[in-house]
Amino acid sequence: MSEREISIDRPRSLKRFFFQWEWLLVLIFVAVNIINSGLSPYYLNFGSLIGSTNSFLDMAFLVLPMTFVIILGNIDISVASTVALSAVIMAVGFNAGLPMPLAMLLCLVVSTLCGLFNGFLMVKFKELSAVIVTLSTMIIYRGIAYVILEDQAAGHFPPWFSFLAWGSIGPVPFILIVFAVCALAFGLLLHKTSFGRKVFAMGNNLTAARYSGIKTDSVIIAVSALTGLMAGFTALFLTSRMGSTRPNVALGYELSVIAMVVLGGVSTAGGAGRIGGPILAIFIIGYLNYGLGLVNIKANVLLIIIGSLLILSVLVLNLRFGGHRRPAPPIARMIAAGKAPDEKA
Amino acid sequence: MSADTKTPTTRGRIVRSGEGFRELGLLVFIAILAAAFQIRNHNFLTIANIKDLLTNTAILGILAVGMMLVLITGGIDLSIGATIALAGMTSALTGMALPHINPLLSILEGMAVGLAVGSVIGLLVARFKVLPIIATLGIMNIVRGVTYIESKGAWVSSYQMSKAFTDISTGTTFGVNNLVVIAVFIFIVFWYFVNHTKTGRRIYAIGSNPEAADISGIPRRKLLWLVYAIMGVLSGLAGVLWVSKFASAQGDTALGYELNVIAACVLGGVSISGGAGKVSGLLLGTILLGILNNALPLINVSPFWQQFIQGIVILAAVLTNVAVKRNNQRLALRKRAI
Amino acid sequence: MRKSFVKAVMVLVVMTIAATSLVAQSYAIVFKNTGNPYGEKQMAGFKAGIEEQKLTAILRAPDAPTAEAQIAIIQQLIAQKVAGICIVGNDFDALQPVLQQAMKANIKVWSLDSSVNPASRAFHVNQSSTDLIGRTEVQAAYDMIGGKGEIAILSATSQASNQNAWIEVMKQELKLPKYKDIKLDKVAYGDDLRDKSVSEAQGLLASFPNLKVIIAPTTVGIAAAGKVITDKGLIGKVFVTGLGLPSEMATYIENGACPYMFLWNPIDLGYLGAYAGVALVNGKITGKVGDKFTAGKLGAYTITKSGDGGTEVILGPPFKFDAKNIADWKSVY
Repeated sequence: MSEREISIDRPRSLKRFFFQWEWLLVLIFVAVNIINSGLSPYYLNFGSLIGSTNSFLDMAFLVLPMTFVIILGNIDISVASTVALSAVIMAVGFNAGLPMPLAMLLCLVVSTLCGLFNGFLMVKFKELSAVIVTLSTMIIYRGIAYVILEDQAAGHFPPWFSFLAWGSIGPVPFILIVFAVCALAFGLLLHKTSFGRKVFAMGNNLTAARYSGIKTDSVIIAVSALTGLMAGFTALFLTSRMGSTRPNVALGYELSVIAMVVLGGVSTAGGAGRIGGPILAIFIIGYLNYGLGLVNIKANVLLIIIGSLLILSVLVLNLRFGGHRRPAPPIARMIAAGKAPDEKA
Repeated sequence: MSADTKTPTTRGRIVRSGEGFRELGLLVFIAILAAAFQIRNHNFLTIANIKDLLTNTAILGILAVGMMLVLITGGIDLSIGATIALAGMTSALTGMALPHINPLLSILEGMAVGLAVGSVIGLLVARFKVLPIIATLGIMNIVRGVTYIESKGAWVSSYQMSKAFTDISTGTTFGVNNLVVIAVFIFIVFWYFVNHTKTGRRIYAIGSNPEAADISGIPRRKLLWLVYAIMGVLSGLAGVLWVSKFASAQGDTALGYELNVIAACVLGGVSISGGAGKVSGLLLGTILLGILNNALPLINVSPFWQQFIQGIVILAAVLTNVAVKRNNQRLALRKRAI
Repeated sequence: MRKSFVKAVMVLVVMTIAATSLVAQSYAIVFKNTGNPYGEKQMAGFKAGIEEQKLTAILRAPDAPTAEAQIAIIQQLIAQKVAGICIVGNDFDALQPVLQQAMKANIKVWSLDSSVNPASRAFHVNQSSTDLIGRTEVQAAYDMIGGKGEIAILSATSQASNQNAWIEVMKQELKLPKYKDIKLDKVAYGDDLRDKSVSEAQGLLASFPNLKVIIAPTTVGIAAAGKVITDKGLIGKVFVTGLGLPSEMATYIENGACPYMFLWNPIDLGYLGAYAGVALVNGKITGKVGDKFTAGKLGAYTITKSGDGGTEVILGPPFKFDAKNIADWKSVY
């Protein structure tokens, strides 16, 4: 018999621990902060550093469920339209006489329903890819928003509503607190519950997951509903930040959200990823925008910088891992290659 | 007693011929839609309007062909809008500096710019294994930024373009608008390419099962680079045609246009996960989108309803296609019943 | 060693003081989006006006014409402690909370061109009276077709505050007995996208065979309509007018598709905005009706009441571009 040891456990080592995607993102985050402070004396101001988070944290609520969606191997480009529709309905409802807390609840209900409709379509018509389903609903949901509000704005919310996006508890902005709670919840859901394991399993191999007893339909509907719910959160905080809403809010959010998730190390091939990466990516991109804005970089240049950062980070990380993170290769191939399971085949 | 020993019915014959044509549902849907629009506005199915429709859809068709190849390999290209802008702006700026430049050279210049961008993307995806969505997202931002910088924030207006340049898109060949001629030509070339050449069939293979393709000796990386390069060339071509058609080059040309192109492809049955897609379906998907863009302003509904109607039509088209496919499958199964 | 260290610290201190005092006199303009030649000219005019007064100008524009992007930019400007923010708004209401934050931080806010609601600004700098713009457009259409016929409007996005305000005036104006033989067929939205504007223009022509004039109060729309009319050989049968850049419309004015159209000088508008803002920061004006200030080489201006409940200062009447003067202006902007 061969002297080679076949082991499924990865050898633990400090080197391996630090060469993970998330640590390299931390490095990038630190680098961004160092560069930013070097560029502008206004950057290292605790108040404005913390306060500027509200400009990118409303989008961040969508990053959490989008991580689940992409790990599943799907995609959802209708999220921005869901935000617009639920914001519009909330505003119209409030202006029609609903008490504000009820209108806010309505916003969450509508957004969750939008998500559920996506899930329903995906489950009932499995021939359709997630792209085509969410592409259609992306157009439909925002279309409904236009039908409702036409060319008007809706707002005049009670003064306390602005606390959501602009208020703080002590030195910490309210939105940051809410986001931290949501991030923790999603992190636990993904990594510490059986639901999370099911999501990974389905992303790795949908057929195998189904045959091993996982109710794939329920998982897809649940993830879609969660996406809808978080879009409602985004709608609440975005509307609070603007004090009013129109059918054309949150345009382009879906692309930024997907960029943050993928930068966070979640492969669109599905089946792999950790919640920490996308969360770090949110702050990297957010603070990069903020820091460069403090020295009034032109929008053209900023576009080039962000684009290059996206590509460079992934390039660097790929050179470390020899390719975007793929689901574990089959055991047989590893054994045949005479290598341990964690090295590239 | 097997069912197929019975005398073939007319219905059976129609269904059987429909089985082979997977996109039948889409075709029927388009026919019904066109009829509905015609009822709403008798000016829809007029020669003048159809000419407009075809001219406006030609550029979409050219791009859809390139995108189809990318999607078949399991990738995606979000940067085509930016490439269109860059190629268009570059050729327009050159045309402004050299007013007597041969329009063919302008087209070649645009295609060269597109090729450069596509090659870089291909390199990132094939050689450096960057995920297509990230590579093209990053390139999209970079190329858009470069376009703004190159143009110094200004536009190239109609009076700065030579007649030869704008005639590229408004001129006719054998009585048919140039854009339509180019689009038809490209469709035919690509139909032949994906169906009857080795390279074309191999592209399906690498989308269908990358590992198997690798093992069976298909030069996966080269082909992967090739599809993005082709997409780049077509985007560059589209850029020049676009700028010529509208007689204006802006930095924000075609912002977000990639979504239209992807919609045309998926509507036409191109699988987003790779390995499947037919040029016939693509043609139908493109035509459906073209009809929508053309007819929505015609049907005299409040403009605030346009987007909603567009979404519902797309969803209905997609679901109809699914329903027809399921019906075909069911009938096919029944045929094989013992 | 110690001496040079002390010297270095002193230089640093002086530089910091100089920097802060320099920056304390920074004036920012936030335009709607980047890559827009009209915007570039306006910001250039603003910069000229600010630098004429020996102050520092900051020019910002987001890469997409959204309110969300402008909110982020304004937050960055607040962190830089600028003296004044001149906003060309992408949304009338959505910038209110962030602009109020700026005002709380002792930054003066005034709007230019595309206004924000009165609660978000001290006053507005308007290119021309909203009423005057609308009335001039309708009058032009009336004159082009001899007082009788069908017209249509091709606008920007359905959310554009300037265009919506002008269209509202046009609709009110059309109710006057003078315009009883003019019929407004439709208001179409081209979303300031070339391809959509072309489709909408073609749709208007196909839906309304008796259409005589297309009024397009946006530069992308008017150029698109001009191209469509030209390509379809309808010059002289259907007219185009509205608001557009002379560079974009030179071809169509010269070939007759557009007999004449209107605009104003964006460079002058930016310049006026600069002087108005500095006067505001220096306390020379507060934004109430009757305040007067001098805008460099443009002369003296007075603040008046504006139609949205706030106050504004107006640059002047719209400027008419026709075949006689287009050659002079097409290379300017």
